[in-house]
Amino acid sequence: METVVIKTEKLTKLYKLSAEVVRAVDGVDLEIRAGEFVAIMGPSGSGKTTLLDMIGCLDAITSGKLEIMGQDVSQISESGLVNIRRGKIGFVFQDFSLLPTLTAMENVQLAPFFARQKESSATAKRLLETVGLSERARHLPRQLSGGEKQRVAIARALAVNPQFLIADEPTGHLDSKNSQTIFELLKELNDKQGLTVILATHDIGLGKQCKRIISLRDGKIQI
Amino acid sequence: MNIISISIKNLKRKKIRSVLTIGGVALAVAVLVSLLGFDKGYQKSLTDNIDKMGYQLLVTAKGCPYEAATMMLKGGGGLRYMEQKVYDNIRTDSRVDKISPQLVASTFDPELQKGQGGYALYMGINDDYLKLKPWAKFKSGGWFSGDDTNEVIIGFEAAEFEQRSVGDEVFIAGVGQVLKVVGIFERTGTQDDGMMFIPLKSAQRIFSLPGKLTGIGVKLKDIHQIAKFEEDLYSVPEIQIISMAQVRGTILNLVSSAKVLANAVAFIAIFIAAIGVMNTILMSVFERTQEIGISKAMGASRLDIFKFIWSETILICTLGGTIGCALAIVGSGFVEFIIKKILPYAPTGNLVSIEPKLLISALTGAVILGMASGIYPAWRASSMRPVQAIRSAE
Repeated sequence: METVVIKTEKLTKLYKLSAEVVRAVDGVDLEIRAGEFVAIMGPSGSGKTTLLDMIGCLDAITSGKLEIMGQDVSQISESGLVNIRRGKIGFVFQDFSLLPTLTAMENVQLAPFFARQKESSATAKRLLETVGLSERARHLPRQLSGGEKQRVAIARALAVNPQFLIADEPTGHLDSKNSQTIFELLKELNDKQGLTVILATHDIGLGKQCKRIISLRDGKIQI
Repeated sequence: MNIISISIKNLKRKKIRSVLTIGGVALAVAVLVSLLGFDKGYQKSLTDNIDKMGYQLLVTAKGCPYEAATMMLKGGGGLRYMEQKVYDNIRTDSRVDKISPQLVASTFDPELQKGQGGYALYMGINDDYLKLKPWAKFKSGGWFSGDDTNEVIIGFEAAEFEQRSVGDEVFIAGVGQVLKVVGIFERTGTQDDGMMFIPLKSAQRIFSLPGKLTGIGVKLKDIHQIAKFEEDLYSVPEIQIISMAQVRGTILNLVSSAKVLANAVAFIAIFIAAIGVMNTILMSVFERTQEIGISKAMGASRLDIFKFIWSETILICTLGGTIGCALAIVGSGFVEFIIKKILPYAPTGNLVSIEPKLLISALTGAVILGMASGIYPAWRASSMRPVQAIRSAE
């Protein structure tokens, strides 16, 4: 049995919108093990992003329990969460989120810099090669296509050698051909390197290719 | 990968905005450095000027304006005279090292200032005058041939302005006398440069002031005796004693109110520059909200973000400060020109003195300014919540 990477019990996130309280994530019980490739699916507003933010230690939880690599992080404040996510969690976002003044190579190198890890241009080069962009290392984000940008973002997420990768709609802004390329890349990383991938997507076609699907609706898991 | 190189890249992103902000800081620093440099330079050249008068004390008739500029303002009038016997008395005092009697007279000359008319200043002197001013040298010609001759020695500027050379004849308007130019002094950098000198006795004769003097310049053997010497002279009626230290203080007082105003302007400029820097950086922080969120997701701590933003403001102010110092050095000539036009009494010599010490403190000030104005934007950036920051563009 593989180690449990993420474990949640009655994980809940409430938002106050003026007078109304929104239960964005409502008592989710979940267990994700090392090497899994999980798709989190559901319509807009179903709580996918909120769930990923909490699992990714970007946002504090309201109630329930959250364990990352066996460590209970439920009580940790938002500012304290940086130490949990630093170097353990890789992020890929829908709109690529590269720093526009830095080249592809520098964007990849910045992640270990922030994560207090040794940054090496050799590693960054190797990662860009993995995502098939070794020729584009010196290009700025605006000189890259959407698909290329997202591949740089994946290389950047991998640069800190994360325990798991959170990809929030990584293909949301891409055409179907590029979407499939990005998906194949994540799948390959999962297959060959055993990287745990948690992917939020609208795309049923992509979801079906994952090993496991978790469906969310109104903040609750659908069975 | 280091903070400075990333900050430089960020500043380059909006080039015009960065250049304008840096320019604002540069201008403020340049104004401040020029003004502070002026303050130092002015005091120094004023002291030099007064030292170059050669005497420490000036004895005049009571109520006589001791400052040539004041006399000019009053239209050349207001001069008072004392008897020459005062001079004879003081001369015998054992504490006196050098002493020089002077008789200043002015006449209105309609030919002066390109036909507009103006006052010509004549000073009657004797051989003792040169003993008080051993540095005085002749550009051409030499000393008077006798002690009561119709001869004149002209100060450097007066000669240049009136286009006089040795051998020329000068007509004294109003008294109907003609003087022959026998000498022209080298530039001394003092008021003497604008004077016409004639023998003391000639002056008393020409201006019908027999046995009269306007001033006596006194240099003591020991400078520490000034106070006691002054006190002893208080008992002599109809005279007043002005020490040059006093003159210096009076002129500095005159200038100080202008200085306060100018300094206030400089500090307001600095304040505005600081607000400009803060505004620029704050704007760029808001524009980069999402990037800050991404950096935080990658593991950047609050301190990391703070350092990034802070280094940008410090960079702007350091650059601006450096350029400002350079501007102040280059522009000091211009500032001097303006100041000489504005001030009621401007000594000759370099009025703006920009020393390395001043430049170093100005640069340090600029860096501190950057630190201070960067705190708020950096704090705003560092306290952004990663979740909201990342999704700000959506």
